[in-house]
Amino acid sequence: MEHASIELKNIFVDFDNDRILDNVSLSVKDGDFVTLLGPSGCGKTTTLRIIAGFVQPDKGDVYFDGKRINDLPAYKRPVNTVFQRYALFPHLNVFDNVAFGLKIQKVPKAEIKERVLRMLEIVDLKGYERRRIQKLSGGQQQRVAIARALVNNPKVLLLDEPLGALDLKLRKDMQIELMDIHKKTGVTFIYVTHDQEEALTMSDMVVVMKDGVIQQQGRPEDIYNEPKNAFVADFIGESNIFDATMLEDYKVSFCGQTFECLDAGFGTNKPVDVVIRPEDIDLVEPEKAVLTGVVDSVVFKGVHYEMNIQCGGLFWLVHSTKCQPVGTKVGLDFGPDDIHIMKRLFDGDRNFVKGEVTGEDTITFMDVEFTREGLGLPEGTPVRLTISPKDIEVVSTDHADLTVYLESLIYKGDYNELIVYTHEQSLLLHSYLDQQVATDIGIKFHTENILVEAIPQEEVSGDEG
Amino acid sequence: MKAKSKFAAVPYLVWMLIFILVPLGMVIFFGFTTTGGEFTFDNFTGIVKYAHVFWKSIYLSVIATLICLVLGFPLGFLMSRMSEVGQRTMLMLIMLPMWMSFLLRTYGWMTLLENEGLINKFLELFGIGPFTMINTQGAVVLGMVYNYLPFAIMPLHSIMVKIDKSVIEAAQDLGANGFHVLIKVLIPLSIPGIITAITMVFVPSVSTFIISRMLGGGQNMLIGDLIEQQFLGSVYNPNVGSSMSLILMVIILIIMGIINHFDDEEMEGMLV
Repeated sequence: MEHASIELKNIFVDFDNDRILDNVSLSVKDGDFVTLLGPSGCGKTTTLRIIAGFVQPDKGDVYFDGKRINDLPAYKRPVNTVFQRYALFPHLNVFDNVAFGLKIQKVPKAEIKERVLRMLEIVDLKGYERRRIQKLSGGQQQRVAIARALVNNPKVLLLDEPLGALDLKLRKDMQIELMDIHKKTGVTFIYVTHDQEEALTMSDMVVVMKDGVIQQQGRPEDIYNEPKNAFVADFIGESNIFDATMLEDYKVSFCGQTFECLDAGFGTNKPVDVVIRPEDIDLVEPEKAVLTGVVDSVVFKGVHYEMNIQCGGLFWLVHSTKCQPVGTKVGLDFGPDDIHIMKRLFDGDRNFVKGEVTGEDTITFMDVEFTREGLGLPEGTPVRLTISPKDIEVVSTDHADLTVYLESLIYKGDYNELIVYTHEQSLLLHSYLDQQVATDIGIKFHTENILVEAIPQEEVSGDEG
Repeated sequence: MKAKSKFAAVPYLVWMLIFILVPLGMVIFFGFTTTGGEFTFDNFTGIVKYAHVFWKSIYLSVIATLICLVLGFPLGFLMSRMSEVGQRTMLMLIMLPMWMSFLLRTYGWMTLLENEGLINKFLELFGIGPFTMINTQGAVVLGMVYNYLPFAIMPLHSIMVKIDKSVIEAAQDLGANGFHVLIKVLIPLSIPGIITAITMVFVPSVSTFIISRMLGGGQNMLIGDLIEQQFLGSVYNPNVGSSMSLILMVIILIIMGIINHFDDEEMEGMLV
């Protein structure tokens, strides 16, 4: 049973000129528990709705058991869905809700009764057949929704954040129950959630999505231990993410030191991100470690202590079962296999922007105008501007030079690294403030620090050619 | 607070007493007395000869109500799936004719339906007709549907906006095609709106007299016309008029009772 039961090939979906899914390809093995994981608006629910048949892809194909099912309407697909808010039929009782699908298939009455009762037993709702839906608790409604979907013996069960509306304790119980049902029935589960812990706990395979693009897919362990980029590392579990420079293969420099690592193929002297999980760092005697720091804060988390350690101008998150009091000098120790190197989300460490001289000592770029005393370039000269990420400030939109879309925000130990998108290009900036990702924010340029260079004439004509 | 809220209801209670309860009492009194003020059942027994008028009123109103439901249900559903702005615009358009006088609207239909009216003139261009449209039962039903359709659409729409899109998707997900969704989900969930729509169309239709007089001519007399004659017409007999009103009231109450009971049973039937 190693064949793929559901396969998505190069799916594109646009709504109102927004790209919701961008070249999504996914292959789900028969009987697997697959989780689509990502922040809200990442396209995970849309992916699920494409499989269910409620959304038509603009481009790309959906396959079921090797057959293309793009044109098969939702009601003919051999999949069933557990909806986010359950979507139970309010005019029917528990039994009739569960029996709905079987009645439409014209299954004989006696068989309906048998199958519904057996399914209610599986979800632990025996004796509730005649209850009205409104008289059930959230967890019970949830289980009716699961029973209603599973009773039809679907090949694939789609679950759209089914535990989102439940409180923590109930969530944990339901997680175990869902895994149990998955094992008992052997049905393929495709599960959508924004809760990384839920995803890691329950799945055989996790698919991390962001902005309609699959960032990484693999076994939970692999995704946790070998995140592909800083976004995945940041989203899955807690991590220390720092700017680093890959000096050469197996050699990386950050925090003022050079370390050995297991990664290669990034080139020489290339800016990269380095990720170290807080539980991979051991606290040792200061003299026994390369890096030393001072404990800045301690929080007790039940099983472990979460310590914030200031070291080399960065804040390090360390998990340890042994508590070090605030103010203690400690050494940070980790091995080469604990250092994970990944490609930067933003190519390079500075912004290069094209502009034009539009007046005496005046330069315009991206609808922003600024003056530079003694520029001495004729009007109409194309210029290249180099803007450091530190010279772009986040401000409220009404005082902003530009309003931009915040694509990603990652804490880098000292500051937040923001990647924003104007309608022309992406910009990298550093900020000490937290911002809501996937919203519009205002930015202001410290124009006095921008490096202005005239683009040599031959380069311009070369561009035109 | 309690005393205050009770006090707030006083104006309405007074209103109800003077303009609803007292007149109702008077209708009952007149219905059971002769012109001289003596107690009698003759008013009611005399009505038997008008039974066909009652029958026709109910018959035409039922047809008008059914047409309103058939037209209003899909429209109400389509509206309920529109954007907020779309819904408001549609409601405005539906209510627009109601800003004009009821009489004027019905007169409008007279000029359209007449033998020399606009519709026949238009059909003449193609060599069709003329058709006799005015002074028929069909014209009366048309008048009822035209005037009372908004009262069917509005309650249907307002109950249907409460039907969650995901419930419909859930039904499709479980294998329900369009017909199944309609029969097993949309109609059952819209029953309260359907009941209100029936009430809002049937009650004014069964008691109308302007529509039947203007579009139905002399041949299509309804209960409303009959009652009006007893009070304002040549016959002038308020006692018989009162007893007719009472019978109409009872008929409406019985029919509404049946419909509401049917609704309860439907619901119970669905709950197995």
